[in-house]
Amino acid sequence: MTSDNTLHSQAGGPAADSGRIELNPDRTPLYVYGLIMAFGIVAPFIFPSYTTQIALLWLMILFALTWDICGGQMGYNSLGNIFFFGAGMYICAVVQVGMFTDVGTYTSARGGEQLVLDYGDYFFSLIVGTGVAAVGCVILAVVLGRIVFGLRGPYFAIGTLGLALAARELASTWQWIGGGSGIAMPVYPGLPHEKSVVFYIMFLMLAILTFVFLRWLYSTRFALAINAIRDDEEKAEAMGIHTLRHKLVAWSVAAFFLGMSGAVFGNLTGFVEPLEVAFPAATFGIFMVVMALLGGKGTLWGPVIGATLFHIVKEVTWTYLLGWQWVALGLLIVVNVVFFQEGIMGWMQRKWPERFGITVDQRLSASAGGPQSASQGAKEAGQ
Amino acid sequence: MFDNINLLTLAPVLNVQLLLDGLFIGAIFVLAAYGLALVWGVMNVKNLAQGEFVIMGGYLAWHLGTLGVHPILSMPIVIVIMFAFGWVLYLTIIRYVITRDLFTSLLATFGIALVLQQALNLAYGPEVRTAESGFQTHAILGGLVTVAEIKVISFFLCILLAAAVITFMKKSRMGQAIRATAQDARAAKIMGIDTERVYAFTYSLNAAICGAAGVLVSMIWVIQPFYGIPHSIRAFVIVTAAGLGNIPGVIITGLGLGVAEQYSGFVLGLEFQQATALILLLLVLIWRQIQLAQHRQVVQ
Repeated sequence: MTSDNTLHSQAGGPAADSGRIELNPDRTPLYVYGLIMAFGIVAPFIFPSYTTQIALLWLMILFALTWDICGGQMGYNSLGNIFFFGAGMYICAVVQVGMFTDVGTYTSARGGEQLVLDYGDYFFSLIVGTGVAAVGCVILAVVLGRIVFGLRGPYFAIGTLGLALAARELASTWQWIGGGSGIAMPVYPGLPHEKSVVFYIMFLMLAILTFVFLRWLYSTRFALAINAIRDDEEKAEAMGIHTLRHKLVAWSVAAFFLGMSGAVFGNLTGFVEPLEVAFPAATFGIFMVVMALLGGKGTLWGPVIGATLFHIVKEVTWTYLLGWQWVALGLLIVVNVVFFQEGIMGWMQRKWPERFGITVDQRLSASAGGPQSASQGAKEAGQ
Repeated sequence: MFDNINLLTLAPVLNVQLLLDGLFIGAIFVLAAYGLALVWGVMNVKNLAQGEFVIMGGYLAWHLGTLGVHPILSMPIVIVIMFAFGWVLYLTIIRYVITRDLFTSLLATFGIALVLQQALNLAYGPEVRTAESGFQTHAILGGLVTVAEIKVISFFLCILLAAAVITFMKKSRMGQAIRATAQDARAAKIMGIDTERVYAFTYSLNAAICGAAGVLVSMIWVIQPFYGIPHSIRAFVIVTAAGLGNIPGVIITGLGLGVAEQYSGFVLGLEFQQATALILLLLVLIWRQIQLAQHRQVVQ
C-alpha cells in the first residue's frame, strides 16, 4: 500500500512524462560519495600500517550489503550466506592451483610445497579464479535456492544455517580439496606491503562495485518486486510476481559478490581451511547479520553505516576485552535484535522521514514490524 | 565404507551395540527436543539456545561433581538452577521477543547461545569433559557388546523424566494452563489464565528439561562449551520432522536420530557423525517442502 502511494505521487510528477518512474531515489548528496571515495583512495597512504584492517572494512561493507539483499529487502533472513563466501574461496583455490598443477597431489602434500608464480601468472590465475568463483556461486545459488526458498520464516533461517554448517563439514572431510588441513594458495610474487596495498585496492573495488550495482538495482522495478515479497509473499504472487524467480535472482546477486570476495579473501590469507577461513559461520557469518541489523536493514546506506561502525568498534575494543569480546558480541546481538531492531537508518527515517523523501502513513509503518507478520506467526503456532 | 557395511552383515552382534548406544543417546535427544517443541508450540519462540542449555546443565553437574556431589544426585539441583535461570532469561529477554516476528526470536536466542557458550568457555576452558559417575561397564554377548551401567541408568532416568513432564502437562493445573495457552492464547487470557506467567513457566520448564538432559549427557557422553550447536540442530531436526505437539513422533524420531548417528558414525567414519544431523536436517526440510508443494498443487 505504501509503495502504491509513492508510485502515484511520483507518476504525476515530471518523471512520468519521460516514461520512466524513479523508484527509491537515492538522495545522498554527491559530496558524501566524494568524501568516501577520497578516504578510500588515500587511506592506505595515510595509515599504511592499517591497510589490511581498512581492506577488511570494505569486505565487511560488502558482507552487510549482500546480506541485506535477501535479509532486508526481501525479508528472507539467511543465517548461511557465508556459504557462498567459502564456496567462492574453494572454487577459486581449486581453479588457481589446478591451472598449474594437479589439485589432488598438491593438497595431499599437506602444504609441503607452495606454488610460486610470477606476476603475470599470479594475477591471471587470480582473475580467472575469481571469475569462475563468482559464476560457480551463482550456479550454486540457483540450484540450492530451489531447495531452500520453499522454506518460510524460521525454516529458511535454520535451513541456510544448516547449509553453511553442512558445507563446512563436507569441506573438512573431502580429501581432494585438502580436507581439514586445507589448501595453501599460490604465494604472492611481491613484497608483503605491496601485497596488502594490492588486496586493499581489490576489496575497495569490490565494495564499490557492490554498492553501485545495488544502488542501481534498488532503483529498478526488481526492488519493488522483492519488497512486495517481503511485505506479503502470497499477495505478491497473486499480483503476478514470479516469486521464486525473483528470490533466486536476489540470492544469486548476493552469491555473485560473496563468491568474488571469498576468492580474493582466500588469496589474501594465503591459506584456505574450512573451519576458520572459508566457512566462519560464527564470526563473519554472524557479523554480516549484526552489521546489517545495526545499520538498519532494508535500506541502502544502513548496511554501510552498520558495517563501518561495527568494524571500527570491534577493531578498537576487541583486544581490550580480554576474552570477553565474544560475550559482548552475543549481548550486542541480543540488545540489537530485541530492543533496537530498526537500526540506525530505520531510527533516522522514523525521526526525520521528510529528509528521506518518505511520505508514509505512520500507522501503517508502525505495524509493519518485519517480514513475518503476527498473523503468520499465529498460523505457524496453530498447525 | 563398504567394508564397514560388510562387517555389519558378517557380525550382526555389532548392530546390537550400535542400536543400544543409539537408543541410549537418542533418549536424551528426545528430552531436549520435547523442550523445544514445548517452547515452540506454546510461545512460538524458536529457541536456538537449546543446545547451550543442555551443555550448561552438563557443566553444572560436572562442577558439582568436583565439589563431591554425585552427578545423579546433582540432577535435582541442576533442574532447580536451570529453572531459575530460564525464568531470569524470560524476564530479561524472551518476554520482549514473543510478540515479534519469527526471525527476532531466532536471532535473539542465537545471541543468548553465543553468550552462554563463550561464558562457559571462559569459566571452564575448551577441554572436553565427562562427569565421573563411577559405574561399571559390562560386556555381553561374548564380549562383543559393551554396556555401561550408567547408560542404562540414564535411559531409565530419561523415561522417568519424560513421564513426569507428560503427566505434569496432562494432570496439573499449570500444565492445563500451558496447553490452553498453546491452543489459543487470547481465549486463555479471557478465561483468566495469566498467560505471562504461563510463558515464563514454559520457558523455565524447557531450560530445566534441557538441564536434566545435560546432566545425562555429561555422564554418558562428553561436554564442551561449543558442543551445544549440534544439540540445537538435533532438537530442530526432531521437532521439524515430528511436528509440534506430536509427542510419540518426537520420541520415535529422537530415538531414530540417535541410532542413525551411531550407524553413520560407524559406516562412514567418525568425522561424518557430526554431519549426520545436519544432512538429516536438510533432508527433512526438503521433504517438508515437497509436501508443501503437493499441498499447494491440490489447492490450485
